[in-house]
Amino acid sequence: MKKLLTGLAACTAMTGPAFAQMLDLEKDELTLGFIKLTDMAPLAVAYEQGYFLDEGLFVTLEAQANWKVLLDGVIGGQLDGAHMLAGQPLAATIGFGTEAHIVTPFSMDLNGNGITVSNEVWEKMLPHIPKLDDGRPQHPISAKALAPVVEEFRNAGKPFNMGMVFPVSTHNYELRYWLAAGGLHPGYYSPENISGQIGADVFLSVTPPPQMPATLEAGTIDGYCVGEPWNQQAVFKGIGVPVITDYQLWKNNPEKVFGITAEFAEQYPNTTLAMTKALIRAAIWLDENDNANRPEAVEILSRPEYVGADYEVIANSMTGFFEFEKGDKRDIPDFNVFFRYNATYPFYSDAVWYLTQMRRWGQIAEPKSDAWYDEVARDVYKPEIYLEAARLLVEEGLANEADFPWESDGYKAPTPAADIIDGIPYDGRSPNAYLESLPIGLKSEQIVVGNKIEG
Amino acid sequence: MTTVDPNFAETADRDARRARLFTRINAADKWFQVLGLSWITPLLRAVAGDNPRAQMGEIWRLLAVPLLAILAFLTLWAVLAPKVQTSLGAVPGPGQVWEQAVVLHEDAQNKAASRARFQEQVETLNARRVANGQEPVERAYTGAPSYYQQIWTSIQTVFFGFLIATVVAVPLGIAAGLSPTANAALNPLIQIFKPVSPLAWLPIVTMIVSALAASNDGLLAKSFIISAITVTLCSLWPTLINTALGVASIDRDLVNVSKVLKMNTWTKITKLVLPSALPLIFTGLRLSLGVGWMVLIAAEMLAQNPGLGKFVWDEFQNGSSSSLARIMVAVLTIGIIGFLLDRVMYALQSLFTFTNNR
Repeated sequence: MKKLLTGLAACTAMTGPAFAQMLDLEKDELTLGFIKLTDMAPLAVAYEQGYFLDEGLFVTLEAQANWKVLLDGVIGGQLDGAHMLAGQPLAATIGFGTEAHIVTPFSMDLNGNGITVSNEVWEKMLPHIPKLDDGRPQHPISAKALAPVVEEFRNAGKPFNMGMVFPVSTHNYELRYWLAAGGLHPGYYSPENISGQIGADVFLSVTPPPQMPATLEAGTIDGYCVGEPWNQQAVFKGIGVPVITDYQLWKNNPEKVFGITAEFAEQYPNTTLAMTKALIRAAIWLDENDNANRPEAVEILSRPEYVGADYEVIANSMTGFFEFEKGDKRDIPDFNVFFRYNATYPFYSDAVWYLTQMRRWGQIAEPKSDAWYDEVARDVYKPEIYLEAARLLVEEGLANEADFPWESDGYKAPTPAADIIDGIPYDGRSPNAYLESLPIGLKSEQIVVGNKIEG
Repeated sequence: MTTVDPNFAETADRDARRARLFTRINAADKWFQVLGLSWITPLLRAVAGDNPRAQMGEIWRLLAVPLLAILAFLTLWAVLAPKVQTSLGAVPGPGQVWEQAVVLHEDAQNKAASRARFQEQVETLNARRVANGQEPVERAYTGAPSYYQQIWTSIQTVFFGFLIATVVAVPLGIAAGLSPTANAALNPLIQIFKPVSPLAWLPIVTMIVSALAASNDGLLAKSFIISAITVTLCSLWPTLINTALGVASIDRDLVNVSKVLKMNTWTKITKLVLPSALPLIFTGLRLSLGVGWMVLIAAEMLAQNPGLGKFVWDEFQNGSSSSLARIMVAVLTIGIIGFLLDRVMYALQSLFTFTNNR
């Protein structure tokens, strides 16, 4: 009934004069891909709330087996667009992995990931973690507490393995950031060796998000970094303990993006605009009235065709809680941010951060100039499309003028030291200086040759 | 003792009727066997009045034993399943699986409601389009497919792949059976490619199909073609081998007759080779369809073709508390459909062949 009412409300709104113009769509039947993660929510919501249809778009949403299949789908044209890791469009465009020019007119969310370790590792970490007055572990937990465990594994002749979801995923960089901030080396990539384990203390490998809990349970990995609901799933299944969320690692860090090929954006400009409009409306809906719509969103996500995990599991993080150990629920109201803080604007500075991490760990083998970082960011991130879509929504009375950064030059204000776990500030305008300031990682002219760093 | 039994004509008449009835039952028995319902025959015989004790034995063997076995299996399942704890909760027993089957059925019914909602939204959209002076549009429903639609997609995929396999395998098999040269040429290839798993074919097929079918606007979805061709590659071999064997083992006399009659190759194949090789060709086809159905599930899982394989994979990824039970519903569905497909092929085989050596 509620849905019907909102539907009716939408209908009456549509008949208003604001709707006089409809975009002339070049293509109106679209298939969009996603991975079963809660941050695909804008897609599900745009479909279920009818925002796609409002724009005249007939969208089919299709779950994909893993990030590689999803990316190949977009490049091959089986998918018109997809929920992507922020690193994917960038890596594809600069030719790390499959090469293709992919652009993004819309950032999907902020935060939303966590790092989980197995129960065994957690038991061993506990003595090294400072406690609160009530005996609960004090957050955020640094990887320094993990170092003795890794040491113990090494002495026993066992590798310490951790899972992440894709070589260019946020999760890979966040896990590496956390480990490096605690003095643990996550290993380098080189053009000859793309395992990313050169000189590593902790060995990282790829596992698709939904399989993370099962792989942890099987003992193949001792911990992982993944998006929700797969950290909460570990708590519910009692197989692991999340140690840190990426919100605690770096407050309001950029997450997934919506990726389409450059040809698509060029060939179907109005369709691209219409998609972006629908997604912005979905993001607004997800965050409006202080997350009032989140329970409904959780119900949508828990359907088998979307994320499909149990309602309670998804509800935790989506409604502002995060359960670390069973019973240790803590408030993290900004764990999933879909619209606040200009979450959906594709900032160049976000792109540059991903590029610096690719350089830091050797995925970009050669040193690059600051201008190069800016150029690649402008090649991939398309705030101009975003702002055009936002302008149309404001004119139609569906969005507030004040919610969009019209005057931005695409670079966020530098992130202050206090917002990042190791207290190293980030300014997207000077990527090379930022790389110099990071403790572990490639700097200036350094390159990885064989197992050694030269330069 | 009278020489003439007044009831003689009547008795004879009754006997004749009975004999006719039994002939009919025996004739029907062939079909019951084909359909896997052979237990009906002794039941009918018993009803018709044939020695009930002997029929009871048959009924026991054909009906009661299988039923008891199924019952024993269900009991064992129900007792043992709750004892295994997984991270998704206890392994579901038959009860939970049935529950999920009902839920899936209801879901399919509810899809009608979301379809109606979709139609409503499309009408609103069209009203706006018309108001703007644009043409109204009609597009296919974009929501998630129901369980039944997924089953149907799987069946379509397997038959499409099987059809291609048949079109390729039968002529090749005939060639290999007729000519020792062709056989020598084909044999090593068959031996090498026969044992290859669908999982190994899939990446190759994916890449090639993606390269050849540049646009996605074709009649069939790429994922559908990819799964179907993978099915083809794996289900080709039984038909090929059996056709070759069937053709090679034609009666020499028949071949000699064809020489005497100076038949050309085409007539020889259609009038002589095909009819006598048909039983073995059908055996091959039956095996092929079985292999194809088995392979399809794996292919769909990876190619993301929206059928039963994808259903299983999606549920595995969902990892919700009902996922295991839903996967078991799919396992049973796959098994039952596989059984039915085999029966269909067996029935076709019985229709088209006239010999008893099947």
